[in-house]
Amino acid sequence: MNQHLVVVGGGMVAQRLVEALRDRDTAGAWRITVLAEEPRRPYDRVALTSYFSGRDADDLALGDPELWSDPLVTLVRDDAVTQVDRDAKTVTTARGRTEHYDHLVLATGSSAWVPPLEGADLPGVFVYRTVDDVAALRGYVEKLSEDRVVKGAVLGGGLLGLEAAGALQALGARTTVLQVGTHLMSAQVDLGGGEALRRLINQLGVGVRLNAMTTTIKPHRRGGVGRLELADGGRVDADVVVIAAGVRPRDELGRASGLAIGERGGIVVDDTCLTSDLDISAVGEVACIQGATIGLVAPGYAMAEITADRLLGGTSSFPGADTATKLKLSGVDVASFGDAFGQTPGALEIVWADPVGGVYKKLVMSDDARTLLGGVLVGDASAYASLRPMLGRELPGDPAAFLLPEGGGGAPELELPDDAAVCSCNNVSAGTIRGAVTEHGCTDLGAVKACTKAGTSCGSCLPLVKKLVTTELAAQGIAVSTALCEHFALSRAQLYDAVRVSGVSSFTQVIERFGTRAEGRGCDICRPTVASILATTSPAHVLEGERATLQDTNDHVMANLQKDGSYSVVPRIAGGEVTPEGLIAIGEVAKDFGLYTKITGGQRIDMFGARIDQLPLIWQRLVDAGFESGHAYGKSLRTVKSCVGSTWCRFGVQDSVALAVMLELRYRGLRSPHKIKLGVSGCARECAEARGKDVGVIATDKGWNVYVGGNGGFTPRHAQLLAEDLDTETLVRTIDRFLLYYVRTADRLQRTAPWIEEVEGGLDGVRAVVMEDSLGIAADLDEQMALHVVEYEDEWKATLEDPEKLRRFASFVNAPDTPDPSLAYVPERGQSRPATADERDDARPTPHHEPVLVAGARLEVRS
Amino acid sequence: MTTLETAVWTAVCRVQDLAPERGAAALLGSDQVALFRLLDGRVLAVQQHDPFSDAHVISRGIVGSRSVDGVEVPTVASPMYKQVFDLTTGRCLDAAGKTPARGLSPDLRTWPVRVSDGLVEVGR
Ligand code: SRM
Ligand SMILES: Cc1cc2nc3c(=O)[nH]c(=O)nc-3n(C[C@H](O)[C@H](O)[C@H](O)COP(=O)(O)OP(=O)(O)OC[C@H]3O[C@@H](n4cnc5c(N)ncnc54)[C@H](O)[C@@H]3O)c2cc1C
Ligand code: SF4
Ligand code: FES
Repeated sequence: MNQHLVVVGGGMVAQRLVEALRDRDTAGAWRITVLAEEPRRPYDRVALTSYFSGRDADDLALGDPELWSDPLVTLVRDDAVTQVDRDAKTVTTARGRTEHYDHLVLATGSSAWVPPLEGADLPGVFVYRTVDDVAALRGYVEKLSEDRVVKGAVLGGGLLGLEAAGALQALGARTTVLQVGTHLMSAQVDLGGGEALRRLINQLGVGVRLNAMTTTIKPHRRGGVGRLELADGGRVDADVVVIAAGVRPRDELGRASGLAIGERGGIVVDDTCLTSDLDISAVGEVACIQGATIGLVAPGYAMAEITADRLLGGTSSFPGADTATKLKLSGVDVASFGDAFGQTPGALEIVWADPVGGVYKKLVMSDDARTLLGGVLVGDASAYASLRPMLGRELPGDPAAFLLPEGGGGAPELELPDDAAVCSCNNVSAGTIRGAVTEHGCTDLGAVKACTKAGTSCGSCLPLVKKLVTTELAAQGIAVSTALCEHFALSRAQLYDAVRVSGVSSFTQVIERFGTRAEGRGCDICRPTVASILATTSPAHVLEGERATLQDTNDHVMANLQKDGSYSVVPRIAGGEVTPEGLIAIGEVAKDFGLYTKITGGQRIDMFGARIDQLPLIWQRLVDAGFESGHAYGKSLRTVKSCVGSTWCRFGVQDSVALAVMLELRYRGLRSPHKIKLGVSGCARECAEARGKDVGVIATDKGWNVYVGGNGGFTPRHAQLLAEDLDTETLVRTIDRFLLYYVRTADRLQRTAPWIEEVEGGLDGVRAVVMEDSLGIAADLDEQMALHVVEYEDEWKATLEDPEKLRRFASFVNAPDTPDPSLAYVPERGQSRPATADERDDARPTPHHEPVLVAGARLEVRS
Repeated sequence: MTTLETAVWTAVCRVQDLAPERGAAALLGSDQVALFRLLDGRVLAVQQHDPFSDAHVISRGIVGSRSVDGVEVPTVASPMYKQVFDLTTGRCLDAAGKTPARGLSPDLRTWPVRVSDGLVEVGR
C-alpha cells in the first residue's frame, strides 16, 4: 500500500512539488491529494500581469496538464482546508471533505496585505494576487472606461505595485503610484537607482508620489472609490485603487494547530522544510525558513524539490535563498541581485549613472574590487543574465567594463563555471545546461528547456541559456545547422534576403549563386522553398517557365492531391460569403463530374475525386460561373473566416464580413513559408474564432483589435494582442507588414505561432517592427505588399487561357483522355469515395487481368 | 540496364512533349510508366505506381538531384509521402520513415529509354 501525501494549497509551489514527486517516485510510494481553494489548476502567478494583455486564464497554465490525470494524483479545486487535526492526522475542508494523511504539506502561499484603512472595503478597491483579483480589476476598469478616462492609484511602489501600475496604464487608466518610503522598489534598489527608476516610470505616463502615506479612501458621490487622503494633507483623485502594500503568509492553519510560527509570521521550518511537527512540512511563501518568509517563487521551488527528495528518503537541504529579482514591466528594465545595498563589511560600490538616458548601474564588489557581491541595474539590465551567476565569484578584468553601455565597454566574455546557477527559478546550473547538450543530445534551445526546465518560469535567464547552448554546440563541433537542405547552406530567411537583394529570379540562378554545388538540381525541400521566395520577390505565374518545375504537385496542378492520386478542388469563397447562384453553380459542377462534396473547416466547399485530366474542364465551368482559385493547395493565404457581423447580428459592432472579404481579396495568392489563415469577428463574442488564426481581428466599438500567432493543428495557440482599436486603414497596413515580415524571416513550414516565439524580440519585437518601424523596413514592406496586390491574377483563369500550360493536365502523354485505370470508387451515404485496397482486391479475380473497377471514375453513383 | 534483352521499343511521345525536370505518365499496355526528361536531355522511365502510397502518382513528384557516394544522381520525390528515388536505378534512397504498402518492394521498376528522331521510345 502506498502512503498518502496531502498538500494544502494549489499554487505554484504545490504544482512543482507534485511534479517533482511524480517524476522521481517511479515506484509509486506516494499517492497525492492536492486541496486547493482557487477554482482552477495551479497557474503561473508570476505571469499574472500578462492576463491583461489579451491572454486568458488558460494561457497561464503551468507544466504538463497530463500531471493532473496521473492516477496517483487527485486535485480538489474550489475547496479550502479549514482544519488540521494533528493527532488524528486528518484535514477537513470547507465543503466537509476529510482526508487522512501520512504526510502533510502546507503550501498555502500568501495573501495580499491590506492595511487597516478607512474605505479599504469600498467597491473599486482591489488587491493583486489571483486570476480572480485581476479579472475583477480588469472588468471594473473596462466598465468605467465606457464613459470617462479612468484615474487609477496604486498603493505601494514595490515590484508588485509597479507591475500593477503598468497593467492599469495598459488598460487606459491614468495612474499614480503612491509610495510610503523615499524611493521606488526600496527593498531591491538604493536611492540612486530608485530615482532613475522614477524617471523611467514617469516616462510611461505613470505618476509617482513619494513619502505618501494614505490615511483614508473616500467614496465618490456616484458610489465606489472617489479619492485618497494622505497623511501630509494631500489628496489624489482615483476611480480605482490597487493595494500592493505587501503580502502576509497564510499561516492560519499552522497557528490554529499549534505549529511554531515565525516572529513576523510564516510557519517555521528547518532546512529540510519540516515544521515543528515531523509529519508536516511547509513550503513556498508560507514557510519561514532560515528566519524569514520569501516572496519569490525560486526559493519556493527549491523547497518543493527538497520536500519531494526527502519524502523519497533523500537528504537534500535548503542552501539559502537567491533573492535576485527583475521587474517585469515593459519599457522599464530593473534588476537587483545579491548584496544590492553593499552591506558586506568593506564592500566597494562601483556606480555608473546616465541621468539623461535614465540609466543607473551599480556593482557591489568585495574590498579588493575583484569578487562580485551584488548589483542594481536600472534602465539597462542587459548585463543581468550574465552577471547574476557570477555572484560570489571573481570577475575577470575591470568590473567597470560590465557597466558601460552594450558594445562600448568591451566587457570580457564570461566563462561561467559549471556550478554557477543560471536559472534560479528552476535551480539549473551552467553545468546542467551544458550537460543537456553534451550528454542528452539536445541540439536547440527548445530541447534544452524541455530537458532541464531552465528558462521556463520567469524567463529572465533565457538569453544566457541560449548563449550557453550555442557555445556548447559549437564547441561540440555540432554547428547548429540552419541549412535548408544539402543544396543550400543558408536558412530560409537568409536565402530570402539573398534572393531579394541580388534580384535573381530563377531557380537556376539561385542555385548557381547560393547553392552548395554547381551540379546540384535541388530537391523536394529547396525547390518549393525557392518557388515560394520568388513568388514574393519577383511575382510570376506558378507555371511560368522554370517555376513550374519547382512546384509540389498541389501547386503544379493547382488542386490538392488525395490518397488515391485524384485531386480535390476548392474555389475561393471569400469571407465565407456565397450567393445562392454560386452555390448552385458549385453543386452543378460537382454533380456533373460525380465529385464528393464536403463543407471544409474553412467555411467553403471542397469537391473531391477529380482526375488530373478533369481539372481544366472543372475549372472552366467554375471560372465561367465567376469563381477563382481558393489556393487550398498553396503555402499561401487560405481563408479569412468571418462571422455574420453587424449587418445581421444583434450584437455585432462592425461589419466583419465586409472586412473579411476585403482582407481575403487583398492577401489571396500571397505565397508564404506555411499556410496563413485569418479570422474576423464582429464583436468580442468571437464567433469567427479569430484568435485561433495567424491573424485574428476582433471588432470593438472604437475600431479593430488585431491578434497574431494563433494556431489550430497539433499545438493550438491563442493569438496574442498586437494592437488595439485600430481604424481600418491602420489595421490593413499593420497586417500587411506583419504578414510580409513573417514571409521574409520565418523558417520553411513554420507557422506564425512558433515564428513569433523564435523571431528576434518575440511578440514585442514584432510589434516594434510592425508598429514602430524599428528596423526601418516598413516602407519596403508596404511597397512589396502593394506590388503583390497589383500583380495578383487568378492562376486558374490564366492557365485556362494558355494551351501550353494546359498540356500538363494530360492523364497520359500518349493517351491524354484515358483516365487512370487504377482509380476505383464505391458509393457511400449518397456520394462516392475511393475503394479500399480490400475492395479492389475483391474486384480483381485473377492477377494478370485488367483490373475490374468496383465503380469506374465516370460511373454514376446516384440513380 | 537491360538494353540487351530489350525486344520491343514502343514510341511514346515526342521529346518536346516532355517538360524538362517534370514528369509525365505514359500507358504501355497495362503498365503505367513515369517518364522524366532531365536538363541534359536524358529521358528516364520508372514505374508510375508509388509503392508507399499504392497510388499511381510518381510522375507528379519533384525532380532534383542528390549526392550519393560523391556522385550526383537525378531523383524524384513521391508527391504523396515524399520518399526519394534514384531515377537511374529506381532505388529508394530515402523511405522517409515509412514501409511500402502490401509488402511491395520499396524500389521502382525501370525501363530503358532511347530518343531517336525526336521520338521517345520505351523498351520492353
Ligand atoms: C479540407 C480540410 C478539411 C475539411 O474537410 O474541412 C483540410 C484538409 C487538409 N489539411 Fe487542414 N484542412 C482544413 C482545415 C483546417 C483547419 C481549420 C481552419 O482552417 O479553420 C485547421 C486548423 C487551423 C490551423 O491551420 O491552424 C487545419 C490544420 C491543418 C494542419 C495543422 C497545421 C499546423 O500548423 O499545425 C495540417 C498539417 C500541415 O499543414 O502541416 C493540415 C493539412 C491538411 C491537408 C493539406 C493534409 C494533406 O496533406 O492532405 C489536407 C488537405 C486536403 C485537401 O486536399 O483539401 N491542416 N486544417 C480543410 C480545408 C479548409 C479550407 O477551406 O481551405
Ligand atoms: C503579480 C505578481 C507578480 C509576481 N512576480 C514574481 C516574479 O517576477 N518573480 C518571483 O519570484 N515571484 C513573483 N511573484 C511571487 C510568486 O508568485 C510567489 O512567490 C509564488 O506564487 C509562491 O508560490 P506558493 O505556492 O507558495 O503560493 P501561491 O502561488 O500563492 O499558492 C498558494 C495557494 O494556496 C491556496 N490556499 C491558501 N490557503 C488555503 C487553504 N486553507 N486551503 C486550500 N488552499 C489554500 C491559495 O488560494 C493559493 O492558490 C509574483 C506574484 C504576483 C502576485
Ligand atoms: S461575433 Fe458578434 S457579431 Fe459576430 S456573430 Fe458572434 S455575436 Fe454576432
Ligand atoms: S531564472 Fe526564472 S526562468 Fe530561469
